Amino acid sequence: MTSQVTSAYADPVPPLTGPPGRPGREVRRRIGVGQALANGLTLAWRNVTQLKHSPEKLMDVTLMPIVFLVLFLYVFGGVVAGSTHAYLEILLPGLVGQMAMFASMGLGTALCEDIHKGVFDRFRSLPIARSSPLIGAVLGDTVRFLVVMVVLTAFGSALGFRFHTSPLAIIAAYALAYVFYMAICWVSVLVGLVAPSPETVQGISFIWTMPLVFGSSVLLSNTRTMPGWLQAWVKVNPVSHLADSVRALTIGGPVGDHVIYTLVWAAGIVIVAFPLAMRMYRRRV
Amino acid sequence: MAIVIEAEGLTKRFGGTRALAGVDISAESGQVLALLGPNGAGKTTIVRVLSTLLRPDSGRASICGYDVESEAVQVRQLIALTGQYASVDDELTGTENLIMICRLLGMSRTAARARAREMLGRFDLADAASRAVKTYSGGMRRRLDLAASLVGEPEVLFLDEPTTGLDPRGRSEMWHTIREVLAGGATVLLTTQYLEEADELADKIAVIDHGNVVASGTPTELKARIGSQTLQVRAADQTYTRQVADAVALVVGTRPDISADTGLVTSTINDPALLPAVVRLLDDLGIVAAELALRLPSLDEVFLTLTGHPADEDAEAPARDWRAA
Repeated sequence: MTSQVTSAYADPVPPLTGPPGRPGREVRRRIGVGQALANGLTLAWRNVTQLKHSPEKLMDVTLMPIVFLVLFLYVFGGVVAGSTHAYLEILLPGLVGQMAMFASMGLGTALCEDIHKGVFDRFRSLPIARSSPLIGAVLGDTVRFLVVMVVLTAFGSALGFRFHTSPLAIIAAYALAYVFYMAICWVSVLVGLVAPSPETVQGISFIWTMPLVFGSSVLLSNTRTMPGWLQAWVKVNPVSHLADSVRALTIGGPVGDHVIYTLVWAAGIVIVAFPLAMRMYRRRV
Repeated sequence: MAIVIEAEGLTKRFGGTRALAGVDISAESGQVLALLGPNGAGKTTIVRVLSTLLRPDSGRASICGYDVESEAVQVRQLIALTGQYASVDDELTGTENLIMICRLLGMSRTAARARAREMLGRFDLADAASRAVKTYSGGMRRRLDLAASLVGEPEVLFLDEPTTGLDPRGRSEMWHTIREVLAGGATVLLTTQYLEEADELADKIAVIDHGNVVASGTPTELKARIGSQTLQVRAADQTYTRQVADAVALVVGTRPDISADTGLVTSTINDPALLPAVVRLLDDLGIVAAELALRLPSLDEVFLTLTGHPADEDAEAPARDWRAA
């Protein structure tokens, strides 16, 4: 057999150190942080390329901001702010927070589906960092954030929304929303890893996102008519802090400590959710 | 010669199912080791342990001397896995799939693109390079999967049921491709449900049943242990089935089985030289055979001989189910 001839050549005197059978090639002992990030970026490229081939996967993030903006604006506008135009100024910055939450939900489902296919087996048998497929999934989800924010802002502007602050403040508002989005994506990843099937991911996601999205100052900046316990919840809710930050940074008014709280929350979410997600990933995949 | 793949006393349980019951296997540098067994015998579980995807409950395994548990990082730099369920990305094109793997292995963008083009050409996929993999045929997917495994030039290649689910043409194409890969000199662990496939490709076969190695040896040794082969003859004109059966009985010495539906006459023989004798006799009688073949025993017959019971098809171990892990 040819293989025996080959192996006679490929099998020199075993090296003095280590057991026999070690190959001639260089073998690294560990995978550095730099490589983990590079691998993560490659896998993010994979997710973005998938979206390029099937843009219909972006349908939810394209239609969601339009539907929500129209519904909330015309249902609540008159009652809450006296006119739809006045309400749009309060609502659109709030919806930046809400859309960041809703757009992150798709990630859990996508990840759960991915794991049920064989692709993750290949990733795990490659010499890449364990965390890379998850980091790649989260980074790749940037596309969904961009789409949802562009549609929301463009459609809102068409309905009459105008920024009242400096371009720098506006950029800061969306950057803050992006940071929060990246953090909340890790919760979505965790749900995707915990859920037994892709179908159940959405149900679980709604349960944790609803109180955060609606028990917040997303729809109203004035929360004084709410009962005390709800006011307390709204005050600690990170989505409220994000909505209030974006409001101040886009239409003006005091920013206060909302930005700091939003960033602290984002960091806290990552610190808790990332190691938990990695643990579930190791155990379940 | 250096041992490249080694496993000793591997055991693994999934809930109440015992998937591995103390498996010992080894393969030397450049060898092709085939794990032969029915569904649920534990073949895939062995592959998953050796490719660092699954921790065994007990026992140890190593690749090129690196422990699959404590030195998994090193092991992953030396192996490549081609899964039973082709693990390529459906939604990417062939080129994109290979570029992704190249990039993950640390190649530059330019090098990755060049390597992807080279591999697609080598695996006869150049025409389909820019098509999404979901439009590929089963055989094309397997070839792409194999190409993805080989971009990193692994020392050890795992082929988990590379031809299961392929039609006969896809299977022989895949064998051809695998044989080319084998000429490269990598050590290969192949799992299969077909003795014919193991016989075609392997230097050494380990027969797996209920998580145990029940027999092992070279294909020749194994076939010698099983002994018999199956002679199959079918007359072009089925009105001659009777005469064909008589002719076979005359040459072989025992009455063959006759299938009333297909007119296929089947007989177990121990001497391959009987085949030409049957051919000559049929020729003398002026009977034209539509089908005439000498087959290796099926997996069922192998199992019946080696273990005394037929291959148990429904003892499916949940080896791929992460919930069980």
